[in-house]
Amino acid sequence: MKNTAELSLYVPEPSGRPGDEPDFSNVPLQDAGEQRCPDTLTPEIELRDMPYGLVRVLDDDGKAVGPWAPDLSTDHLMRGLDAMVRTRIFDDRMFRANRQGKTSFYMKSTGEEAIGAAQSLCLGERDMCFPTYRILSWLMARDYPMTALGNQIFSNAEDPLKGRQLPVLYSARDYGFYSISGNLGSRLGHAVGWAMASAYRHDDSIALGYVGEGTTAEGNVHEALTFAGVYRAPVILCITNNQWAISSFSGIAGGNRTTFAAKALAYGIPGLRVDGNDFLAIHAATDWARERALGNKGATLIELVTYRAAAHSSSDDPTRYRPKGESEAWPLGDPVERLKQHLIQRGDLTEDGYTDLHEDCEKRVRAAIREAEAVGTLGQSKPSVKAMFEEVFKEPDWRQIEQRRELGY
Amino acid sequence: MTIEITMPALSPTMEEGNLAKWLKAVGDKIEPGEVIAEIETDKATMEVEAADEGTLGKIVVDEGTENVKVNSVIAILLEEGEDDSALEGAGPSANGAASADADDTGGKTEAASDERETPAEGKVHPEPKKPEPSSLPEVPEGTEMVQTTVREALRDAMAEEMRNDDRVFVMGEEVAEYQGAYKVTQGLLDEFGARRVVDTPITEHGFAGVGVGAAMAGLRPIVEFMTFNFAMQAIDHIINSAAKTRYMAGGEMGSPVVFRGPNGAAARVAAQHSQDYAAWYSHVPGLKVIQPYSAADAKGLLKAAIRDPNPIVFLENEILYGQSFDVPKMDDFVLPIGKARIHRSGKDVTLVSFGIGMTYAIKAADELAEMGIDAEVIDLRTIRPMDLDTVIESVKKTNRLITIEEGFPQSSVGDYIANQVQRRAFDYLDAPVISIAGKDVPMPYAANLEKLALPNVGEVIEAVKAVTYKD
Repeated sequence: MKNTAELSLYVPEPSGRPGDEPDFSNVPLQDAGEQRCPDTLTPEIELRDMPYGLVRVLDDDGKAVGPWAPDLSTDHLMRGLDAMVRTRIFDDRMFRANRQGKTSFYMKSTGEEAIGAAQSLCLGERDMCFPTYRILSWLMARDYPMTALGNQIFSNAEDPLKGRQLPVLYSARDYGFYSISGNLGSRLGHAVGWAMASAYRHDDSIALGYVGEGTTAEGNVHEALTFAGVYRAPVILCITNNQWAISSFSGIAGGNRTTFAAKALAYGIPGLRVDGNDFLAIHAATDWARERALGNKGATLIELVTYRAAAHSSSDDPTRYRPKGESEAWPLGDPVERLKQHLIQRGDLTEDGYTDLHEDCEKRVRAAIREAEAVGTLGQSKPSVKAMFEEVFKEPDWRQIEQRRELGY
Repeated sequence: MTIEITMPALSPTMEEGNLAKWLKAVGDKIEPGEVIAEIETDKATMEVEAADEGTLGKIVVDEGTENVKVNSVIAILLEEGEDDSALEGAGPSANGAASADADDTGGKTEAASDERETPAEGKVHPEPKKPEPSSLPEVPEGTEMVQTTVREALRDAMAEEMRNDDRVFVMGEEVAEYQGAYKVTQGLLDEFGARRVVDTPITEHGFAGVGVGAAMAGLRPIVEFMTFNFAMQAIDHIINSAAKTRYMAGGEMGSPVVFRGPNGAAARVAAQHSQDYAAWYSHVPGLKVIQPYSAADAKGLLKAAIRDPNPIVFLENEILYGQSFDVPKMDDFVLPIGKARIHRSGKDVTLVSFGIGMTYAIKAADELAEMGIDAEVIDLRTIRPMDLDTVIESVKKTNRLITIEEGFPQSSVGDYIANQVQRRAFDYLDAPVISIAGKDVPMPYAANLEKLALPNVGEVIEAVKAVTYKD
C-alpha cells in the first residue's frame, strides 16, 4: 500500500458563509444553446452525457437560441409571465401578512417561479403534478382562485381544506395539483404509482413529481427512481436544486460531487440538467420528457438548477448562514426578468406594457387577498368544528359523529 | 336534482331500525345539520341530521315504520328552485343508495346483504365446537360448506375480486413467479398475468408508496407485505400517506389500498419477525384494521376490504394459513367490516379475541366447558372500527370479561376494550377485566422462551377462574 494517509472526517462546506463574497464558480454551467437536443425516443444509453450539461435557451440578451428553443405563442408566454408575476406579488403580500400575524406560517417561491408556471402550461389537463411547497406558480398558471389560496393560508371559515392543513400545503385535484405532503419525498413514490396506474389502464396521462435537492437523500427518492426505471413509468421526476435546504447547502446532499441529474444514470433513465430560471428551457425539457413518456419510453429525471432567493419559510433568517448578495450574484439571473426580456426582445412586450401588466397583477392579487381577509385572517374567522370530524373515512362514521356531538356541534 | 335522504347507520352493527318520529313536515325548509327525524334501534334512539339544504319534498317512510333497512331512502329533499314536479321519477329506486358508490365498487352493489337470511338454529353447523349459526347471519340456510385453508380463502378472495374488477391488482415481493413467500398468491400470475400480479423491488416503503399513488389514480391495489414485520419500513406511507390524505386534502383524494400479509409471531423467527401490529394500526384514524381467524372470515372480509373506499390494513397469520375451515360455497361471499362474530355462546364469562388469539380462546372454552364453566367466545374480526356493542351486550349477560391477544401488553387492544367496557357497562361487571397479552419483552428465539413469551391456554383458564371466583 502506497497511497495511504491519516484518516480524517470530511464535512463539506459551502463556498461562502455570512461575511464572505458570494461565489458560484463551483456550479457547472454551459452557455445557452450549447447543449445538444436528442430525439425523444433516443435509447437511454446514448443520453448519458446529458446530466452533466445544462439545457439553456435564453441567452444574456433574452434571445431564444439553440436546438432546445421551443416554438411557443406570445399568448402562452404571456400567460406564463402573468402567473410568475402574480406568484411573486402574492408571496410578498403573504409574507408581510405573516409578519402582521394574519397567518402563522408562509413559504415563498421567489426565484423559482418559472418552474411551476412553465410545467403547468406544458402538461395536459389530465396529467397530475405532485408538488412541493414552492410550486405555487403551477396553480397561478392554471388560474386557481387566489381567494381560495388566501382562505387556506388564513385558515378561515372558507378554507377549502377546512382548517386541517398547514398554510401553503394546498390540494387542488381539479387543477392537476395533488395534495402537498409535509413529509419530504413521499409524493415522488405516489407520482410513480400514479403514472404506473396510467400505463396499467393504457391511458395517455402522465405524472410529474418534485423534490428539492436536499430531499434526494431520502430513501423515498431512490425507491421512486427504482420503480420508475424498472417499470418504465410515464413520469417526470424533477429535482429543484435551489442550492439551499434551510441552512444546508446542496453539498450536504452530495451536490458538490456530481450533478443531481446524474442520479438518473444508475437507474437507467435519462437525466436532464436544466436552467431552472429559464422559462423556455424548462418548457422545452418538460415537453421532451413528456413526449418520451407518451412514447412509452418511460421516466425522465430533470434537475432544475435555480436559486432560493428568499428565506426557507417565515420561520427562517438566511442572513445567518449564507453570504449577503448571493441572490444577485446567482449566475442564472432572475426568471421573471429573463422572460420579460425575451418578450421585449421578440417585440411582444414593451417596458410600459410590463408596467401595466405588473399593476394589473397587483390589483388582482390585492383584490383576491382582500376578499379572503374579509372572510377573516388567522383566528378571526375559524373553520367549522363540524368539518373536523368529517372525511376521516369516505363515508360518514358514527364514531366521528358521536365525538362531534359530545362537543356540542 | 332531488336529494335522497337515507336511513343512517348509527353503529357498525346496525342493519335496520325504526323510524320513530318525523320532526319536519313536507314543505319545511331544512338547513344542513338540522335534526329532521328520530330513529330507534334496540339499543338507542338517535337523531337523523340533514346533510344538505333544501325543502322536504316527500316522506317516503312514515313515522312508526319498523325495521327500516340502513341506506334505504326515507325522504326526498328538493333543492332550491325545485318544486314537486321534481319528485316524479325520484324516490326509492332499487339501486338508490348503492349507485352513489358505484364508482368505488366497480358498479357492484352490496344489495346482496339484504337478501341474506338468518339461517335457522343448528342447521348449518351441527357440531357444537364450530361457529354457531347465529354467528354467520350472512350465509343463507342450506348453503354448501367447503373445507378450505385460510391460504386458499385469501387467494380465492383476491382472484374473485380481480375477475370482477380490472382495477384490482396485487403487488409485492415474490407475489408473481414465486406465487407468494407463503403461497397466498398461488395461481394468480397464471390467471391474470404480469400486469395484474406484479413482482416488486425489495422495498416495502417503495411499493407501499407506489400503491398509494396508484390508488389515487383510481386503481384498487392489493399490496402484499412478505410480513408486516417488514412493513415497519412502510409505516410512513401507510399512516402519513394512505390514512391521512383524504382528510388533509379536504376530502378530495382517498387511497383505497389493501395492505395485507402475515402478522405476528410464527415460530422461531425471533424479535424482528414476530410482532403483532393490531394495536399499532388500530391507533390511527383513517385506517380500517382487519384481523381474521377463520377461512370464511378471511375470504369474506378480504373481499369487503378490496371493495372498501378507505385504506385497509389486513393482518393475517402464518400459522393459520394452513388451517382448514368451512367456507360457504357462494358466488359472492362478502362480510361486513366492523362486525364481530360470536364464535360460541355462553353465559358465565366472555372471552374476546381475534386472529390467532382465537386459538387460545377456543381451546380454553372447551376445557372450561368440561369444568362446568360456560364461556362465550367473541371473535372481533375487525379491530377498527371495533364492534364494541357485541362485546358490551355479552358482558351484560356474563358480567365477566377476558381479552386475549399475542401483542405487547401496554396500550394493547384488550386495554382499549377494558376501558370502553368499564365506561359503558361498569354496573354489569362482577370482576375486573383481565387482558391477556404477550410478555413485555422482544420475542426470543429459543423454543422454550418463545412459548413463554406468548399467551397460553392455561393463562386464559386461570384468568377465567379468577373472575368467576372458582378454585
